[in-house]
Amino acid sequence: MHATASVRAVEDALGITIPDNARIIRNLISGIQYVQDHVIHFYHLHALDWVDIVSALSASPAKTSALAQKISDWPKSSEDYFRGIRDRIKAFVDRGQLGPFSNGYWGHPAYKLPPEANLMAVAHYLEALDWQRDVIKIQALLGAKNPHAQTYIVGGMSIPVDPESQNALNAGSIAFISGLAAQAKDFVEKVYVPDVLAVAPFYLEWAGYGAGVGNFMSYGEFPNDNESNTANMWLPRGIILDKDLSKVHPVDQQKVTEYISRSWYNYSGGDDKAKHPWDGETNYNYTGPQPPYEYLNTDEKYSWLKAPRYDDRAMEVGPLARMLVAYASGHERVQEVVNSVLKTLGVGPSALFSTLGRTAARAIETLVTAEQIPVWMNQLAANMKNGDMRIHNGEKWDPSTWPAEAKGYGFHEAPRGALCHWVKIKDKKIENYQCVVPGTWNASPRDAGNQRGPYEEALVGTPIANPDQPVEILRTIHSFDPCMACAVHVLDADGNEVIKIKVK
Amino acid sequence: MNSKSDDPMHIAPELLESLEKKGVSRRDFIKWCTGMAALLALPSSFIPRIAEAVASQKPYLVWLEYQDCAGDTEALLRATKPTVSQIILDIFSVEYHETIMAPSGFAAEKSLEDVVKNQKGKYFAVVEGSIPLKDNGVYCCIGGKSAIDIVREVCGNAAATLAVGTCATHGGIPAAAPNPTGAVGVQEAVPGATVVNLPGCPLNVENLTATIVHYLTLGRLPQTDRLGRPLFAYGKRIHDNCERRGHFDAGQYVQKWGDEGHRQGWCLYEMGCKGPETFHNCPTVKYNEGTSWPVQAGHGCIGCSEPHFWDSMSPFYGRLPNVPGFGVEKTADKIGAGLAAATAAGLAIHAVGRAVSSGKKDKE
Repeated sequence: MHATASVRAVEDALGITIPDNARIIRNLISGIQYVQDHVIHFYHLHALDWVDIVSALSASPAKTSALAQKISDWPKSSEDYFRGIRDRIKAFVDRGQLGPFSNGYWGHPAYKLPPEANLMAVAHYLEALDWQRDVIKIQALLGAKNPHAQTYIVGGMSIPVDPESQNALNAGSIAFISGLAAQAKDFVEKVYVPDVLAVAPFYLEWAGYGAGVGNFMSYGEFPNDNESNTANMWLPRGIILDKDLSKVHPVDQQKVTEYISRSWYNYSGGDDKAKHPWDGETNYNYTGPQPPYEYLNTDEKYSWLKAPRYDDRAMEVGPLARMLVAYASGHERVQEVVNSVLKTLGVGPSALFSTLGRTAARAIETLVTAEQIPVWMNQLAANMKNGDMRIHNGEKWDPSTWPAEAKGYGFHEAPRGALCHWVKIKDKKIENYQCVVPGTWNASPRDAGNQRGPYEEALVGTPIANPDQPVEILRTIHSFDPCMACAVHVLDADGNEVIKIKVK
Repeated sequence: MNSKSDDPMHIAPELLESLEKKGVSRRDFIKWCTGMAALLALPSSFIPRIAEAVASQKPYLVWLEYQDCAGDTEALLRATKPTVSQIILDIFSVEYHETIMAPSGFAAEKSLEDVVKNQKGKYFAVVEGSIPLKDNGVYCCIGGKSAIDIVREVCGNAAATLAVGTCATHGGIPAAAPNPTGAVGVQEAVPGATVVNLPGCPLNVENLTATIVHYLTLGRLPQTDRLGRPLFAYGKRIHDNCERRGHFDAGQYVQKWGDEGHRQGWCLYEMGCKGPETFHNCPTVKYNEGTSWPVQAGHGCIGCSEPHFWDSMSPFYGRLPNVPGFGVEKTADKIGAGLAAATAAGLAIHAVGRAVSSGKKDKE
């Protein structure tokens, strides 16, 4: 979330240490965001790449019930329940208005699930829609509303803590969070993770596609202490290079740069040299075709995205990067869950470097994060008990206390990956502000050296049964959790564009 | 509608039965219709009419995204009554929505073209995000078409367009100075279209569903203020219905984040709250099924439902120049030196303040 990165950048610039409660509240807000966002991603933005909703209509409710009960003790698993879901979908289809499912690739040969697995997944698609709305109330309570939490302020949080007040976070708030956190964990344990493990065996060949650039970066998240950009975090900071899990490299923000060689901007020092974000520039220089147009010329500048690089290398960011860095750093719980998933699927760690690995890593992260939320909640309760009600460090609230010049950066791991804001402050005003976001790391266009970014590299070698219905492309692109309706251009061996699709 | 429609409880049994088949429980549905009537300030005799309208029609809806962050889409996913699954499966036929729809690319664009062609004049368009007009619209293109070309066609042929979120209503953050892409809201981009503005950052989804139900039930769009915002949702200032209004009137103000007043829910005016200048129903409807809203969570209003709030409401932590109505329970003398000084300079500043806000519905 940009709110986190932005307040951290200013806190870093001004040397502000936030109170413990602010750290905990931020962790809780981000934590439930991971859990809710990943579940929405899987069921509502990614599942229909694997699940054929039309095939679900021919499922046997009895067999679906048997399948569901075999993989989990989730209570909504009776024959009648699945018959009800099937009938609801049938009534929907019979009405002839398919809504968001119109023109899907239903019946495509790449869909491999039996009808019962499809019906189970559709039932959980619907359940997840209701579930996500409830569990995110943790964030609404702590952040005022969701989406767009509004309680982030430089130096802490604006939501008061006072167990003796009805206008502040109190024991009732802890109970509210506790109930929803349990509901969140329950669904992840009993529905999301079992579904991923049930679907994956039908698509194991996808552990061999979609590897990407093989470099992974995580800024780390969920601080254990209150120093700005602390390295003491629940999910560690680090870099994996060339798929080598035996070594975790440190992250130095000075090595982050952005190219615009193939992007519609210009740089004062020439378009072939990368710039560090503190010296970054955002000067539009559109040289593409005038709309309406059919194709972009990918031999020239062709994107509004800049190309971020770390030490001149393309980096993948996101749940897979975080889980790989945690795994290779010796994070016990992550290692335990990753090993258990790999064992269940009968594959080795190399399977993680793939489309399927990316999707599995997201589920693994959701589980360990859902388990961790009560830990932070209990820290907040302990502070309340000890009379620590501080939520804000106001020493630098008044701009008259600021130095003439300052600069800072704010690391954050958003659900979809590494985010950092860089700020330069001069005479109490922003002199320069740059954000390098997960979407530009992963969807990066080429750089001055013509290196491919993670999306593009991941698509190399992906088989496509029918170029008019490129569901295989969507599987890999969606596995990154793109933050936009982004354009993907697929070139054949001669460099001719064969298809152009918009990925949702 | 049937003859017994004056009886608020009389929603046709067949209707409830057919809804149950679609997974909507009787209890939830009646509760929702009742809540909707209350939100729209309609008499209870309208409850059966709301029920019939929602159950019998399934209007087509297309949702377009331009210069946006998908925050309003996320808000849609938080819809409670009806829930998002009821909205996308049972109540509307949501044929196009980039984030949630199954198809991509050419297949997705076909879904949009089909609706515009086959349902001309009958479908709803929802627009999220601003539309850049500068440089032939090159700053936002989908499938090679500029946002402005698409909205002209789609909104120009819609029964009505609902602009959701402040970017779509008035340009929002992309239009903040110096507005590098020439971003504007839908009404400015397509002056001939019928547009209802539902600003907010993001919009409150309860106001979106209420607007559509209003249309289906009453056969017309809700009355709006001069900024195109429905009166049922934007007819009063945050300040008018604020739960902390008593503390404002009593002169009890938060001075620092986390101080005693802050923990006791005092007024956030001195911390920069823009509630006195912002028209929105946040205090009554709240967010996330009534869980909270900014002032309840201890942060002032930032005026996000007002045009160009990023420029006109900032600095967000700077106190509004003057707000009439102090000292109902305390005299100005007792409120404190800071406030007294502000009051002394009051008349001139107040005049400026009103001039700045004269674009809003001005009733105090």
